[in-house]
Amino acid sequence: MQKSSRLAIYALIELASNPERQISTAEIGEKYRVSAHHLAKVLLTLGRAGLVQSIRGVGGGYSFTGNARRITLFDVISLFEDTSTSCKLTAPNVATSEEWALFDISKEINDMAMSTYRSITLATMLKQIERHEKARARKVPHA
Amino acid sequence: MDPRPEKASEGEILIHRATKDDLDHVADLDARITGKAKPEYWRDIYDRYGARRVEERFFLIANTCDDDADCPILGLIAGEVRGWEFGSEPCGWIFAVSVDPDSRERGIGELLFKAICDEFRGAGITKVRTMVQRQNPLHMSFFRSEGMMAGPYTQLELNLDDE
Repeated sequence: MQKSSRLAIYALIELASNPERQISTAEIGEKYRVSAHHLAKVLLTLGRAGLVQSIRGVGGGYSFTGNARRITLFDVISLFEDTSTSCKLTAPNVATSEEWALFDISKEINDMAMSTYRSITLATMLKQIERHEKARARKVPHA
Repeated sequence: MDPRPEKASEGEILIHRATKDDLDHVADLDARITGKAKPEYWRDIYDRYGARRVEERFFLIANTCDDDADCPILGLIAGEVRGWEFGSEPCGWIFAVSVDPDSRERGIGELLFKAICDEFRGAGITKVRTMVQRQNPLHMSFFRSEGMMAGPYTQLELNLDDE
């Protein structure tokens, strides 16, 4: 997964966890240790896709405008990288059996990855984060 | 005439073990979802999972009226405890789950899933597994949303016609 896709997912999770709130790129950038400049570019793409909206002025920032139960990781990744599973073998007409065999394995792995991304919505991610935090809280005894 | 039952009312969802009275409704629900009528299959499932070794086999039904034979079902889930296959400790396997398309987004699937997990826990089981078609985003998304993730096994297959 490319960095822009990762940032987009982090930003959407942050915004979808509290859709009423407006959050600045600086705030998100600080949490995930990334530049606000790169994040702004990512949010621009998310805005064009109708997943976030920006509110200008003092106290402004971004807010989530999508449906967390419908938007999958695949939907988000598709905005930033090529997710097609069509044949990407260089010169398939003259490819050797060795090239086809390795291509088959790569395609198998890619298919599994894409179907996993397709099956996970932002709402599922939020639930998974909650479970992770609960498990972590159980492991770390309170002082 | 549309053979489908009326859309279920928003009454309380009840989860209970399947009875013989549910079988026609189960077969009807399955036929509407899959497009294939398999009443014999569901009778066989009931005989094996609803009536025998019920302490480790679970065939659960969701509806709004558990004592009425004319009450259409809203969903079903079936599974059993299996052990030592593929080198696995005993675990719960879910092999069927369906929710009436007209009654989705009401949390019925989640209630069924939690109910069968409680049954597995009651049988001393701490791990639940299922198998999902990768190309079936509905089932994949459902089980994922319930917290299920890829386990240590990978399903492999061979097309014997190619050998």
